[in-house]
Amino acid sequence: MKTMVEFRWHGRGGQGAWTASELLARTALDEGKYIQSFPEFGPERMGAPVTAFTRISSEPIRLHCAIYDPDVVVVLDNTLLKTVPVTAGLNREEDCIIINSSEEPAALKETLRVVKGKVWTVPATEIALKILGAPITNTALLGVVAKATNIVTLDGIQKTLKGRFRADLAEKNFAVVQEAYREAKVI
Amino acid sequence: MEHQIKRDTVAMNGDEAVAFAVKQCDVDVVAAYPITPQTIIVEKFSEYVANGEVQTQYVCTESEHSAMTACLAAAAAGARTFTASASAGLALMHEMLFVTSGSRVPVVMAVANRALSAPLNIHGDHSDAMAERDSGWIQIYVENAQEAYDSIIQAFKIAEDTTISIPLMVCLDGFTISHTLERVDILPDDLVKHYVGERGYPMVLTHEGKTVPFKLDPANPMTMGPNALQNYYFEFKRQQEEAMKHALKRIREINSEYAKISGRGYGNGLVDKYQLDDAEIAIVVLGSTAGTLKVIVDQLRQEGIKAGVLRIRSFRPFPVEDVIHALKDVKAVAVMDKSMSPGGLGAAVFSEVRNALYDSKQRPILVNYIFGLGGRDNSPRDLRKVYEDLLHIARTGQAEKAVNYLGLRE
Repeated sequence: MKTMVEFRWHGRGGQGAWTASELLARTALDEGKYIQSFPEFGPERMGAPVTAFTRISSEPIRLHCAIYDPDVVVVLDNTLLKTVPVTAGLNREEDCIIINSSEEPAALKETLRVVKGKVWTVPATEIALKILGAPITNTALLGVVAKATNIVTLDGIQKTLKGRFRADLAEKNFAVVQEAYREAKVI
Repeated sequence: MEHQIKRDTVAMNGDEAVAFAVKQCDVDVVAAYPITPQTIIVEKFSEYVANGEVQTQYVCTESEHSAMTACLAAAAAGARTFTASASAGLALMHEMLFVTSGSRVPVVMAVANRALSAPLNIHGDHSDAMAERDSGWIQIYVENAQEAYDSIIQAFKIAEDTTISIPLMVCLDGFTISHTLERVDILPDDLVKHYVGERGYPMVLTHEGKTVPFKLDPANPMTMGPNALQNYYFEFKRQQEEAMKHALKRIREINSEYAKISGRGYGNGLVDKYQLDDAEIAIVVLGSTAGTLKVIVDQLRQEGIKAGVLRIRSFRPFPVEDVIHALKDVKAVAVMDKSMSPGGLGAAVFSEVRNALYDSKQRPILVNYIFGLGGRDNSPRDLRKVYEDLLHIARTGQAEKAVNYLGLRE
């Protein structure tokens, strides 16, 4: 694996993109990595497109700028696919984009014109509605990140969730993580 | 969060790292007024107070001017004192910054650097701290959250040193450091407490002829903040310059001492040199941008380009000798400023570096790049362009323009 892996998260204000970025970073830190997690510094409005970033590295991280060439892009809300250039900077075969969508990865690969890199999809909204009773998709996407990158373990995510949420919420969110991990498809 | 704090390695943003360091330094008084991007510092610290984790007197003031006044008074009474501010808040403190330094009381302040209005902007640049350049405060600029934590601990040792006794601001880039979650290695509470120790006081002679510690004490009355007109004001000011000279020495020493207990040092404390020994081109910068530049330098070196970075950590006192020495064999140097001096020849850091090099027989061609105002992000590609420009200047032996703007629409 590369020394450093860079993630860019796309969501809408209130959907928990930065929280997901932070949960991933905290899990990686617990597993011995160096981390950075930060939102795109700008106005925060409910429902408006937001971006967050995560860097995970086996060595101290010196970069202090936004991420322009991510290794992994995560899209929490598929209504952003038409309005935000989510594939920007995906330019290597080993890059990937993970999308909350019930569509097949092949269909989205074509729609988004992804030339290089893998496309993952997961019906995160359905999973979240079923288990949490609310369309909060960030933890589902975290499960797919674990599957697509192997950068953190499911046990690690479970531990982070327990440290962050009330016991029952942590348990439900981990069930979301596990189901998303199972359901995610890739091309 | 709690389970992590007991361990040695935690995830904290720069503001949280500052608040945590202040907690470990056994501070007597914190007087503050919140302002973005510093707010997390005082929020977090007030939680420590509310939870009984610290024995600090926390004073919520009605403005930054009052916050600095309260800090001045507390420090004059002998208390270890801390505050935090940024941007308009720091500007509102302006008057009291001079009173604090002129009164020779060692207040420590974290400044989460932010642009000044207008137009209204809450994001990071160095305009706020640069406007206080001549306020008589020591200014240390940090590169990341870890250094913010370490520098706060060092700050009390430096400011309270009895040969110095002047206030100190630790400057961390707003948002880029203040709001970015990073890995921070923390020291045990008792180690920090022991290292920082009790506040010491310079011994002074009172009007009664007694030699006593320099603090307000009813048992040993003395005047602080006296009227000193044409007869003495000038001598007071000259002594502040002398204190800065001591600071130049102690910042270095404390950087080495601290490295022994923590395993972490930042250059020689005053400047942090990266790949400068054989460098032909170099960038001089303050703060977090230095980290990104170091990564670019590694890439350039792989391509056979001899590039380097000089990060100035202590801007006040300014390490003239270190800067001259570090740059003497470099052919072309860009000084990058995250602030402006409209109508001047370049901005603050550029003026300072150019001034320092004027007397050197052997000196590089020097250019200024103003960048990142109002929090504008610069990609590694943008920053690499500065090195590419320097290569051209080094080869041709001349610079087209002394002052340049990076990442600006014109």
